[in-house]
Amino acid sequence: MVKEQEFLEKKASYCLDLAKKLGATGSSVVVKNSVSETVNFRNKKLDESNRSDDLGISITTYIGKKKSSISSSNLLNDNLNVLIEKCVETTKNTPEDEFNSLPDRDLLAKKVKDLNLYDNTHIENDQKISYLKKLEDAASHDKKIVNTESSFTQNKSNFVLANTEGFCDGYKTSSYTASSVTVAKDEKSMERDYEYSSKCFLKDLDDADELGKLAADQTIRKLSPQKIGSEKIAIIFDKRIAMGMLKTFASAISSSAISRGTSFLKDTVNQKIFSDKINVFDRPDMPKGLGSRNFDSEGVKTDTLKLVDQGILKHYLLDTYNGKKLNLKSNGRCGGTSNLYFENGNINFEDLLNLNSKSLYITETIGHGSNIVTGDYSVGATGFLVENGEFKYPINEITIAGNFKDMFQNITLANDLEFKYATNSPTMLIEGMVVAGK
Amino acid sequence: MSNFFEKSDLSRNEAENIISDTLQKCDDGELYLENSKSETILLDDNKIKNSSYNSDLGFGFRAISGEVVAYSHSNEISKDSLKQSSENLKSTLKSARGSYNHEIPKSNKKYYDNINPIEQKSLKEKIDILNDVNNYLRSKDSNVKQVTANFLGEQKSIEIIRSGGETLSDVRPLIRFNVSVMLEKDGRKESGVYGVGGRQSYDSYLKDDNWKSVCDEALRIATVNLESKPAPAGEMKVVLGPGWPAILIHEAVGHGLEGDFNRKKTSAFHNLMGQRVASEGVTIVDDGTIDNRRGSLTIDDEGTPTEKTVLIENGILKNFMQDRLNARLMNTRSTGSGRRENYRHIVLPRMRNTMMQSGNQTQDEMIRSVDKGIFAVSFGGGQVDITSGKFVFNCTEAYEIVNGKIGSPIKGATLIGDGPSILKEVSMVGNDMMMDPGIGTCGKAGQGVPVGVAQPSILINRMTVGGTKL
Repeated sequence: MVKEQEFLEKKASYCLDLAKKLGATGSSVVVKNSVSETVNFRNKKLDESNRSDDLGISITTYIGKKKSSISSSNLLNDNLNVLIEKCVETTKNTPEDEFNSLPDRDLLAKKVKDLNLYDNTHIENDQKISYLKKLEDAASHDKKIVNTESSFTQNKSNFVLANTEGFCDGYKTSSYTASSVTVAKDEKSMERDYEYSSKCFLKDLDDADELGKLAADQTIRKLSPQKIGSEKIAIIFDKRIAMGMLKTFASAISSSAISRGTSFLKDTVNQKIFSDKINVFDRPDMPKGLGSRNFDSEGVKTDTLKLVDQGILKHYLLDTYNGKKLNLKSNGRCGGTSNLYFENGNINFEDLLNLNSKSLYITETIGHGSNIVTGDYSVGATGFLVENGEFKYPINEITIAGNFKDMFQNITLANDLEFKYATNSPTMLIEGMVVAGK
Repeated sequence: MSNFFEKSDLSRNEAENIISDTLQKCDDGELYLENSKSETILLDDNKIKNSSYNSDLGFGFRAISGEVVAYSHSNEISKDSLKQSSENLKSTLKSARGSYNHEIPKSNKKYYDNINPIEQKSLKEKIDILNDVNNYLRSKDSNVKQVTANFLGEQKSIEIIRSGGETLSDVRPLIRFNVSVMLEKDGRKESGVYGVGGRQSYDSYLKDDNWKSVCDEALRIATVNLESKPAPAGEMKVVLGPGWPAILIHEAVGHGLEGDFNRKKTSAFHNLMGQRVASEGVTIVDDGTIDNRRGSLTIDDEGTPTEKTVLIENGILKNFMQDRLNARLMNTRSTGSGRRENYRHIVLPRMRNTMMQSGNQTQDEMIRSVDKGIFAVSFGGGQVDITSGKFVFNCTEAYEIVNGKIGSPIKGATLIGDGPSILKEVSMVGNDMMMDPGIGTCGKAGQGVPVGVAQPSILINRMTVGGTKL
């Protein structure tokens, strides 16, 4: 079982005390334990079982404006003594940085709400196996499916964050994740696709049949793809790809990229960076939310932020260090966003498909083609040609390219938002991008 | 070498007994112990932003019966913890009826020294070099607006204990030095990145003013990009420069030749053994035995000595890369390619240093033969869908070729191709084979491992370039 709060708190205060004794003027510590149990299936048979029990501690010590950190998976006091001594020693020899400091005391989270992030239910491997059997039966229903791989993971985690400003808190979280990857084959091609579901509570997990069937259907429809010519065309991003746009946006407004001047969105607060109707929220207090949290990784309280209001950027994502550098207060985004999402648009999915007589519907992209410095975007893509609102045929071996500055100004969103990941978007249409094919 | 049982209530003898007892009816398996120490020192925005040290200790216990793998890992090397893991493995493999394969090849060869690079240079020396890097770049060009430079150093000690008590061990040093520079001119920003590394001491790369060449290269790439025009879109001829562009080989054919995907028949290559998969003159090997290279290993993470595996010989597919599990199930032998990121992960067949051998043409001949195309010199990352065979990689330095001459630099673009057919489109192979600078990390199933690549210049007849200019 995952370690209890008391054990983690004891380790944390041991470290804070020792660091102080060795000469640190301030310090913070995180102690974590995470226990995962996974069962993998392949072609309706047990393939792998995996249990992991991960302990971890990370300590940051300050001497005035000097800072250094260590981390370890070995929580024995003997080892911690050696490491903390090394950490304090390194701190002494690291140059000062005027912006280094623990968070302001008045910004630290005080009352911690129960966000319903922990399910005490334990699912035995035999139960996982029966879920996966059902899933793979559904996934291999069609003869074109030649390989199925599926997986079920239960994870239970607990952590404590403590610092010398008096903060000490933490909580348990759980997740249950099922996934299915299928391979389909016909005379001309072999294709792979997937579906997955991840929830804080076991009872909320998607039905095994549905998950398997969806994975198989999504794979089969990709068979016998064609390559199209190079042209300027409207592109519709499936929700699982559209949320990636939002992640790129989040990294471009992170205070580290802004303060270093390496973001294409530098100096754009209060400017219109998206099309008129776009609103973006980051909401940390959603019950059972996959990105929910009570405080950020420095212990700073996290309020809901409307990052983009009617297309206008309202906030950067700020932590203590970069906040000080930009002369702003942390808004509790050290470690990134929580539940980040585009608000629904006002057009339904079918109407979105019909907005253009011809468009490209993208279900998968590959490659690391997002450049945060310039905003340039170019990735490999797989999807479908859509004509007059109908899916015509699958497409692959193409690339799509543009620049985020233009792309953001040309977004139309459908009204089909759902909270499947921590970052979520409705289906997204972007006009004016370039496809390279034949 | 680490003594994993020194501060534990578990003795080596007791551990061996638990291992032998757990694995008695299994086909294979082992206890893998790992102790790694690593450091990062980062300069960014004119300051030392981060100096951190990590010490990681743990074990992974694996049992295999037939095709089924049971795995359990923990950070606590103790009697209770190993017994709990043993129970987990036994409960998964209740019906195991195999006989343990004790055979594991031996070799005395070593491809790197038993050193701890972190301890070989003081913190002050490392900080001084990073500050020198920052000052050098900022004084060299007034357009430099941002400099990031970092050191990563690591020493990983591993020990493998097999059923019956057979023990294999390795100590692996690894370092990396990276410089990234951002320029701004007339409101336009571009960046350039370069790095070096391998299984050696920091001094092998940073003697005297050696670090300057790394800075110069990052600055050169950024400067070229400041002048870059939008890249073309569509199919055209592509000339790849030598060295790091070999990540094309890694993505296009490397992953597809890993044993697991072929045993499962999910690779686009699974039914092509012995057949032509590349043009004549194309030979590709995966070699773990080159001294001090980033992708080299004395033994793999199952204890098998590494080797030079011929994958494609003169265009014909010859071998897949194998770990013990996939080799046994495919009736062949391990090629010493069983690797894992660390003790938290199961072993998978992985690449080491993947290299295309030299041919006899020159880069100049290739460029002269192209009417319209691109010349790609440097890359960011790549990715492949091993089932459909489609792969991409992202150019970070490229030029257009017009009428046999190198023209303007073009903006970073993604190139996409089809793995099983791309090497048949190789029409010239250069005589200038070069290793990459030692910075590659390959990701598979959530595990990152250090790898190397190498190739000569090559001409590809047809690839799709993902630019914006129609």
